[in-house]
Formats: sequence, C-alpha cells, structure tokens
Amino acid sequence: MITLVQDLGWAAIRFVDHLGKLAIFAAQIVRAALTRPARLRAFVNELFTLGVLSLVIVCVCGLAVGMVLGLQGYNTLVRFGAAQSLGAVVGLSLIRELGPVLTALLVTGRAGSATTAEIGTMVATEQLDGLRMMSINPVHLVVTPKTLAMIAVMPLLSALFILFGLGGGYFVGVTLMGLDGGTYVSSLQSAVDYYDDVVGSLLKALVFGILVGLIATYRGYTAKPTSAGVSAATTSTVVIGSVSVLIFDYFITALWGV
Amino acid sequence: MTLATTSDDAHVVFADVHMAFEDREVLRGLSCRFPRGQISVILGGSGSGKTTILRLIGGLVHPQRGRIVVAGEDISALSETEMYRVRAKLGMMFQGGALLDSLTIFDNLAFPLREHTPMTEPDIANEVHHQLTAVGLSDVDDLLPGQLSGGMIKRAALARAIITKPEILLCDEPFSGLDPISVKLIEALLHRINRQLHITMLISSHHIPSTMRMADEVVLLSRDAAVSGTPAELHDSPDPRIAGFFNEEVDESIAPVEAAAHPTSRWVGA
Repeated sequence: MITLVQDLGWAAIRFVDHLGKLAIFAAQIVRAALTRPARLRAFVNELFTLGVLSLVIVCVCGLAVGMVLGLQGYNTLVRFGAAQSLGAVVGLSLIRELGPVLTALLVTGRAGSATTAEIGTMVATEQLDGLRMMSINPVHLVVTPKTLAMIAVMPLLSALFILFGLGGGYFVGVTLMGLDGGTYVSSLQSAVDYYDDVVGSLLKALVFGILVGLIATYRGYTAKPTSAGVSAATTSTVVIGSVSVLIFDYFITALWGV
Repeated sequence: MTLATTSDDAHVVFADVHMAFEDREVLRGLSCRFPRGQISVILGGSGSGKTTILRLIGGLVHPQRGRIVVAGEDISALSETEMYRVRAKLGMMFQGGALLDSLTIFDNLAFPLREHTPMTEPDIANEVHHQLTAVGLSDVDDLLPGQLSGGMIKRAALARAIITKPEILLCDEPFSGLDPISVKLIEALLHRINRQLHITMLISSHHIPSTMRMADEVVLLSRDAAVSGTPAELHDSPDPRIAGFFNEEVDESIAPVEAAAHPTSRWVGA
C-alpha cells in the first residue's frame, strides 16, 4: 500500500515537472517566434510536410465518417419519421465534434509522430547540439516552424474533414437512400450557426493544433538520445496527444459550449 | 610531469570541475589547462569523460562545481544565450559528424556562413568549395550526408567546423570507426589546419598511434587521476598505469570504467 502511494506520488511529481518544463518550452517557442530572422522557408516546408501530406488521409477519413454518419443517421431518423433532418444531424455532429476531434487524432498519428521522430533523431545524432555549437538556437530553427505549422494546418485540415464528411453524408442520404437533396442542404443550413458552430469548431481545432504541436515537439526535443528513446518519445506523442485532445475536447465543449 | 604551459598561454582552463550524470560521476575535481595554438589530445578509455570535457567547453552540459575558462571567459555560469557569444570562437567536429541530414553537404557548410556573416552567395560558394577542397572532398556538393562514407562525413564535419575560422577546435573521436588510411588522412588534415591557422585543438581520442604522432600535449584520464604531459613524457612514464595505457595493456585503473572519477591530480593544474 505504501509502495502504491509512493508510486502515485512520484507519478504526480513527474507530471507536474513535465507540465512546468512544457510551459517553459512553450515560452521559448513564443519568444523564438518573435525573434528575427523569421524562418519563413522552414515554416512553408513544414506546412507542406504536416499539412499537404496529411490531405489524403484527412479527406478519405472525412468522407468515410460522413458516409457512416449519413447511413446511421438515416436509419435512426427514419424510425421517427425525421429523415429530413439528416443534414442537421450530420452537419452538427461533424462541425461541433467529429471534425476537429478526429482530425486532431489523425494528425497526431501521422504528422505529430513524424515530428517527434524527426526532432528526436536530430537529438540522438547530435544535430541539435551541432546547431548550438554554431550559435544557432534549435528552438528557433527547428522547433518553432514545426509548432506554428501544426497550429496553422489543424483548422484547415479540420475544415476539409468536415467538408468531405458533409459530402459523404449527402452521398449516402441523397444518392443512396433517396432523400431530397434540397431537404438535406436546407436542414443543414437552418441547423448550423456560423459563429457558434463553424467559428467555434475552427477555434477548437486551433486549440488542438497548439496542443498537438507542443506535445510533439516537446517529446522529440526531450527524447533520450537513443533509438529506444526516440521510439518511446514517438509512442508517447501519439498516446499523450490523443488523450489530451479528448480531455481538452470535453472541457472546451463544457466551458465554451462548442 | 607538468603541463608545459603557464596560465597566460592557456586557452582553456579547467579548475576543480565536478560533473555527474544523475548518480554517475564522470569528473571529480578535474583541473587542467589546454595551451593556446597547440594540439591537445584527451586520452582515456570509454566512459572516462573525454567527450564530456569537450561538451563542457562548448557549454552543451554544465558542471556541478568548478570553473571552466574558455578564451579568457569563465563560462561556468553563463546562460545559453550568453554561450552563443563564446561559441562564436569555437568549432566542434562531432563523433558522428552531426551534419544536418536534410541538407546537402554544400548547404551544411554554407549554413553557418549564411546565418552569421553578410557574405554574398558567390562568396559563400567560393568559401565552401575552398574548405571542401582543403579536406580533400570534391563533387559532393549535392550529396546528402547519408550518401557519404564515414571518413567523408568526418572530413565534411571538419570542414564545417573550421569554416567560420574558430579560435578553438573541439574534435570528438575524429579517428573512431575509420580505416588506417582514413585515420592518417584526418590526422594530417588536423595537423595541417593547426599549423596553418594556429587554431587551438582539443581532440578526444583513444587512438594512441595518432596521439603520439600529432599531439603537443596529452591529458590522460583514468579512474583516480588525470595526468598531463607531452606524448613522450607520458609514454616514458615510470607510472605503470600510464605506461600500461600507452602499451595498450589492460589496467583496471585505466581500462573502460562505468564511473570514472578524476580527483585533481598532483601532476595537473596549479
């Protein structure tokens, strides 16, 4: 029993320690982002790596989720004679919840893990120390462009996910199930509020972008300089990133009503 | 045996430096000096603290106790930002090269010039090619580090380390993993750079033949002492532990250890 309490105590201390270090790391990134020269080329490269290369997976998953929502929604709604509300059900589910959350989970798995592995490998092969020895701040050159790119691409990818999801729902509801296309769209239009739902959804995705960007770069930057260390850091990015997104999603929904 | 230098011509000074990684003590009260403009080789078994000494000088790790003076400046308590000023005087050749693997060899060498000098691209290209030629590399501009052999990576890393004309060059195991011909090539390069540019060189190594050929000063790290002197002095030392190391005999006090420590030797430091 005492050992259990001790272990819990150590875990709590480690958690607080990591939170403190993460806060300092975040402050370093903010400071680096405001420091010249602006690493625009690196930022654009990261937009491509994190954003463009995630397009296929996000679009395909968005379409699949939209189709499932359309099918499940139609089958449920038709029991209550409310099939004409399919557009509202699919739209609100995707915009308020599934779009930002599933996009964040997908990006964490694809781009977050890659970010951690890349920075961790640079740690293990002393590339970051090499930069320091050349009087170049690795947070400024390597970490900040990746974090900012992650923050920038998350709302855009989330918006794409939602668009493809709405398309998937339309395809199932209208093309396969025979629902009227105008009914689907008007139901969607009347149910979705631009500020409360759409802007709120994008803000939610932005918060997830900050979260995943910070966790991915922090885990890579603090990875042990061994192959096992990089592997562990990459795994922890996926686990901690995904769990954090889900926990933050609850609090954002509860506090902001998004 | 004493260091044949005075504090005035010492470019790097360690005074009672203690260094530990968690519970593993690596340096215990190390005091030594590295003379200006000369080649100093830090010898010792694996885990004896050779690389740690170089990383301490570069400010990549910080000592728990003691003073480290680099080019007249005490760096022991400098912040990371303040260290950038000191590092402008340093060049470091890492054991694995530490070249940026996403950049070509040309861009790796051009990188510090683009960051820290107002040089134009044609001037940078000239300087990069000059340095690559100096280390015997040609037609590697567009290659990535992963496409080079171990010896070529070491030479490219050496070229990058000296391209900003540092006062002090730190070389971490420059001969490790190389064939005998590459060893002699790197050795000749280091020797020539030292003589031509008068750069103070600190080389961590366990390669005794190279050390005997090129070192002006040797600091030998062992479990219970750090001994300093010229290669000839150490080679002819009556101390069986020192002689044993130079004769490559296994001696527990000098052989690879898990927790080497270096109390201030009666031979080293003031």
